[in-house]
Amino acid sequence: MILTGAQILWECLVREGVEVVFGYPGGAILPAYDAMLDYPIRHVLVRHEQGAAHMADGYARASGKVGVAIATSGPGATNLTTGIATAMLDSVPTVFITGQVPSKVLGSDAFQEIDVTGITLPITKHNALVSDVGDIARTLREAFAIARNGRPGPVLVDICKDAQQAKTDFEWPETVTLPGDRRVPSPRREDLARAAELVAGAKRPLILAGHGVLKSGASRALQAFAEKTETPVALTLLGLGGLPASHPLCLGMMGMHGEAYVNTAIQEADLLLAFGMRFDDRVTGKLATFAPRSRKVHVEIDPSEIGKNVPVDVGIVGDLRAVLEALVPEVPEARHAAWLRQIQAGREDTRARDILHQPDNGKLYAAHVIRDLWTATRGEALVVTDVGQHQMWEAQYYAHERPRSLITSGGLGTMGFALPAAIGAKLARPDAEVWVVAGDGGFQMTLCELATLRQEGLDVKIAVINNGYLGMVRQWQEFFYDKRYAATPMLSPDFVALAGAYGIPGRHVTRRSEVGPAVEEFRASREAGLIEFRVEKEDAVYPMVPAGADLHAMIRRPAPVDAAGEVRA
Amino acid sequence: MKHTLVARVLDQPGVLNRVASLFRRRAFNIDSLTVGHSETEGVSRMTIVVDTRRTPAGLVAENLRKLVPVLEVQDVTQVPTVSRELALFRVCCPAEDRAALGELVAIFRGRVVDVAPGSVIVEVTGDEQKVDGLEELLRPRGIEEMVRTGQVALVRGVHAAAVARPAEDAAGEKLA
Repeated sequence: MILTGAQILWECLVREGVEVVFGYPGGAILPAYDAMLDYPIRHVLVRHEQGAAHMADGYARASGKVGVAIATSGPGATNLTTGIATAMLDSVPTVFITGQVPSKVLGSDAFQEIDVTGITLPITKHNALVSDVGDIARTLREAFAIARNGRPGPVLVDICKDAQQAKTDFEWPETVTLPGDRRVPSPRREDLARAAELVAGAKRPLILAGHGVLKSGASRALQAFAEKTETPVALTLLGLGGLPASHPLCLGMMGMHGEAYVNTAIQEADLLLAFGMRFDDRVTGKLATFAPRSRKVHVEIDPSEIGKNVPVDVGIVGDLRAVLEALVPEVPEARHAAWLRQIQAGREDTRARDILHQPDNGKLYAAHVIRDLWTATRGEALVVTDVGQHQMWEAQYYAHERPRSLITSGGLGTMGFALPAAIGAKLARPDAEVWVVAGDGGFQMTLCELATLRQEGLDVKIAVINNGYLGMVRQWQEFFYDKRYAATPMLSPDFVALAGAYGIPGRHVTRRSEVGPAVEEFRASREAGLIEFRVEKEDAVYPMVPAGADLHAMIRRPAPVDAAGEVRA
Repeated sequence: MKHTLVARVLDQPGVLNRVASLFRRRAFNIDSLTVGHSETEGVSRMTIVVDTRRTPAGLVAENLRKLVPVLEVQDVTQVPTVSRELALFRVCCPAEDRAALGELVAIFRGRVVDVAPGSVIVEVTGDEQKVDGLEELLRPRGIEEMVRTGQVALVRGVHAAAVARPAEDAAGEKLA
């Protein structure tokens, strides 16, 4: 069938199962936009291409499917880059399509020409420039395969305008052949046996579970492994939800803002089982003193991650779920009562220091907001956070029971991620109750997407945690820069009035007693809404492992002092 | 410690850029990198000598394998190989020294390939140590200009089977 390159593009997307794309038109991508009207794919018009990239990312994280964003050449493409890099660092399967100037003027600094494949080379899993209409179908087929295969990631396809306009005989490549051997290996018998041997000999084993649990659908296998061997589980930020927070073996988040008992357990363990995580510096603290007494087993789909930061005794390359399903029958049942009691003692100490357990002093803390949001949503919301203090409080106080119930930018730490990613997530899972949790700083980076939210008529609820500062940076200044608050106090608009300007209802909350009722009020509606929580301005996220410090060298929340001047905890 | 990696890559625009970009952003240290045709049409062969004091060769190889146009990577450091580098030196050489220089170069199985009134061009082929050795001896005479290609390597015939690549690699792998 003779089609234009633009038509072939949409034919391919339809065949890849794409239902929605996020984008912004412009000169070099206009042929594709013109052809789009004839295809059954929903297009979400964003207000800035960064939003399109985060929406594709949020869509992919919520659904496990490939997210797609589309933009024009030059500034359209460069605006995507923050979102592409976000997807790269968190291994999110995404395909980005950009228009490019006509092939005959490539390299001439034509209007809106920029070397997009050059710019995105280090922030994509793969990219390609297509200047011949005959290459469009195969390149897109490969792009989707690469985005999904092995460790997922973003792929960018840059298509010249003349290739979109030219015609050719369209043939859908039924199979796709990638160079080299791209199969995910099956775990080797001897590696499984060595891992099982270490598990059998461990007295103080601990599982470190990451994003890979969600990506490979390994939650059940993880739970089976943990229960059979009675091994407690610490989760990375992106692994939250990989084991239900209410599970007795679930310790919660580890790392820079992990609870003290979790990090202490890592340092005291005699066996670490790293499942689908990559020993990020926010997890390990100083490498030289990280878990020095433990043997280590690392199960990871990307062989280049094994031994990258932390030397391990056994490295197993493979799909986490397949590896765990093979490993569970090999490991002996075990009980670790003494080890669990030791961890529990630390847990009690953390509980006593917890801000939620301090007497009400009339102030509204972000932790209160998150916990009351959790209560009001029965812990069942799909929460999409931005980056900063509120992100860490969300991780600490919103107990996630299910995989893919928290979407957050971990690796790149991209402020401005939440609102657009939530729009993508809502389109992927229309039945989910989607809540944005953002700070006053990050929210202002992409708040133009409120218009997108309104135009698409999506029911996404927004909690802006406003403390009048770039809170996480302020916290670093408080701890490490002698309280010199350079460029962190921040004036914000009245977010409720702002939402009103976009036709989105809103409400201010300044007292704890109002948090639950406000959340309930907005839950009752089927349209978007925004609550601005004006919280304590100079609260800090505790505990904190200073960057590059030993994982056990945590700054703890100061023990509260009661009316008589006695330290309570 | 130096390791020699041999990468077979698709002969496509931008492949060298991808490899160079990877080495730059991961701070892998390249000693030398050569690219040329291989025995298979459409497949280029890269010989990469890496300094592995900071990053183990295995990690460098695994990172290379992640690049889509890379078909396969072998670390041939521990395998008997024939490894060669070509060097050209333009050396100051008054006419009366030509004979002596020629003798010196002959010891290294090199040749004088160009003669000018005050200089000659010397060509030598060999492994890295041999080229280093000649360079050292020529330096006091005054090297006006020199160029070294970097190492290329082939696994010796009797050992080739041990590191032979799986036959299906060249054909690629089918996905869904």
